[in-house]
Amino acid sequence: MGSSGKTLIDKVWDAHTITTGEGGDALLFVDRHLVHDGSFQAFEQLVAEQRTVRRPDCTISTVDHYVPTAGGRSGFVDKDLEQMVLSLEESSRTWNITHFGLGDQHQGIVHVIGPELGITQPGILIVCGDSHTSTHGALGAFSFGIGSSEVAHVLATQTLWQKRPKTMRVNVNGTLPIGVTSKDLALYIISKIGASGATGHAIEYTGDAIADLSMEARMTLCNMAIEAGSKTAIVPPDSKTFKYLHGRPFSPRGQAWHDAVSYWETLKSDADAPYDHSINFEATEVAPTVTWGTSPQDAVAVTGRIPNPDDEPDQKRREHIRQALAYMNLVPNAPMTEVAVDRVFIGSCTNSRVEDLEAAARVAKGRKAVVPALVVPGSQAVKRLAEAKGLDKIFLQAGFEWRDPGCSMCVAMNGLDVVPAGQRCASTSNRNFVGRQGRGARTHLMSPAMAAAAAICGHITDVRDITWN
Amino acid sequence: MKAITELTGTAVPYLVDNVDTDQIIPARFLFRSRAKGFSDVLFHDIRFDGNGHPQDDFILNDPIYSNVRFLVGGQNFGCGSSREHAVWALLDYGIRCVIAPSFGDIFFTNALKNGLLALVFEKPSYTELVSRTYKRPLEPLNLNLPRQTLESPGGLKFTFSIDPVVKDRLIKGLGDIDVTLGYKNKIERFEKEYEASCYWLFSQSHQS
Repeated sequence: MGSSGKTLIDKVWDAHTITTGEGGDALLFVDRHLVHDGSFQAFEQLVAEQRTVRRPDCTISTVDHYVPTAGGRSGFVDKDLEQMVLSLEESSRTWNITHFGLGDQHQGIVHVIGPELGITQPGILIVCGDSHTSTHGALGAFSFGIGSSEVAHVLATQTLWQKRPKTMRVNVNGTLPIGVTSKDLALYIISKIGASGATGHAIEYTGDAIADLSMEARMTLCNMAIEAGSKTAIVPPDSKTFKYLHGRPFSPRGQAWHDAVSYWETLKSDADAPYDHSINFEATEVAPTVTWGTSPQDAVAVTGRIPNPDDEPDQKRREHIRQALAYMNLVPNAPMTEVAVDRVFIGSCTNSRVEDLEAAARVAKGRKAVVPALVVPGSQAVKRLAEAKGLDKIFLQAGFEWRDPGCSMCVAMNGLDVVPAGQRCASTSNRNFVGRQGRGARTHLMSPAMAAAAAICGHITDVRDITWN
Repeated sequence: MKAITELTGTAVPYLVDNVDTDQIIPARFLFRSRAKGFSDVLFHDIRFDGNGHPQDDFILNDPIYSNVRFLVGGQNFGCGSSREHAVWALLDYGIRCVIAPSFGDIFFTNALKNGLLALVFEKPSYTELVSRTYKRPLEPLNLNLPRQTLESPGGLKFTFSIDPVVKDRLIKGLGDIDVTLGYKNKIERFEKEYEASCYWLFSQSHQS
């Protein structure tokens, strides 16, 4: 007899299954569809096919990918990019979709505003035309990124056909050492299982190290799941989740709150639930982690060295290391801490929340950046809260730039926040792909505190070696 | 979506693992309307140098591969960003089928929604196909979707698997929105029940 229990992922999946098709795919109901300014081709399709938005009440839009991070509405680099933002405003108006546009108090990166507004809730199914939608799993939602055709499908039907993913339990025991964040943990896990280590799977994170993480730290961890190929990641909701959600603009209120919490408390995997794969990690083994190559799996402890392709037994991997080091202009065996950086980016859906900015500010306080450093809060709400805490002043006094919310230099799509060719950027974003931050740009991924330390020192630095204020 | 039953043409081997969609189409080209096409920006920053001249060392610039219909990729092809433009760029360039040991999930779905065949080949078929595309680059492959075969005049023959529902849609060139709307009654019945049990998701407006 096999075990009869169900995983959290399977429970949420089953709760959203409308029917099962001939090929075995499930038709799933989508609770919340988040739409951003990169989604205009889906609206084009909708118009071309003469369809309507079936559930505008379940659809929310904001602008993040193309927005300038300075100058507001007059900050666009050209008309084409401005049109992306205007087009979403217009589509939202046409279809009666709640829209948080440029200048709105709730505007921000779609994966930052979902949780902070209480749109993201445990047990719901969320999709968005962006691969980092896995972020929302931090609150116990089942959330995943989709392409333009699927965005159009959700707009027209509020449903999606999906194959049930395999389940992978990633259990992290122990306590993360001081100076080590969930960003480091995410990079560490990806470096161990690989950029396709979780392809075809959905991850459930368990263990005391995960339970100990703050909600924002869980968001960073789930955000990076796609970089291991995972469809999504989920953290079982707990009292921390409920406390986080209480009183947010879209959170249930009054009796509805109590009913919602009663349901949310049932959202956990059964003790005998079978997973397709299970992996264990020890939190104590994780150090501040940085990438040296052109895939998020190319990561080492900051105390480590750049790998030598000659030491790599696998031929394909050896060739990848060689090419990555050539692109990154790095020398094998050199200590990571000797890598000089040309600029620093603190922001993105991975690391632009208040705790991220506080961590960076603790390092920056009373010091001076020796390279250009950009701080881009994830949302208007983050910006307001950070300013109320005086973080903007700390950054400005330390020579960092303090900008308006958007995806900015993570995806380099607004035509302005771009890393120039050949330059090296210490970045809190999620992808160090070739050309991701601009053609010829070289990216080193790391945590916000590590990025701030790199800005202060001008090279990759172990944040544990400097004192924080 | 353009229907696809048979496909004949040459194949280009591009065996790099973890080719992300930022490589397939850099973000700065995504703002275009679908109608304008993305053929000229496929693999842009690997294909062209900073002055827009073709890079000699990029395989698609080899005249042997000037008219390819198949691309044989490495592991985890199309990982990263969900941009469907990666699929559009391949299609607009003339590639109708990508064969790889594994794909990024979102790319895989996007491909099949647009009539770009994404086929998973495992060893030893994959290895055999790769060596053939290197040895006899000008020899066309013939793909037959109803029979689920890939053959070459040289006598190679592979069978591949594909989801039957997806296969049917590809052969008919159908999108799936109309199919889904055919389930309207079931969807509405589900919504009624679901909205009664999780009523807090549907019964209040937000506070600012």
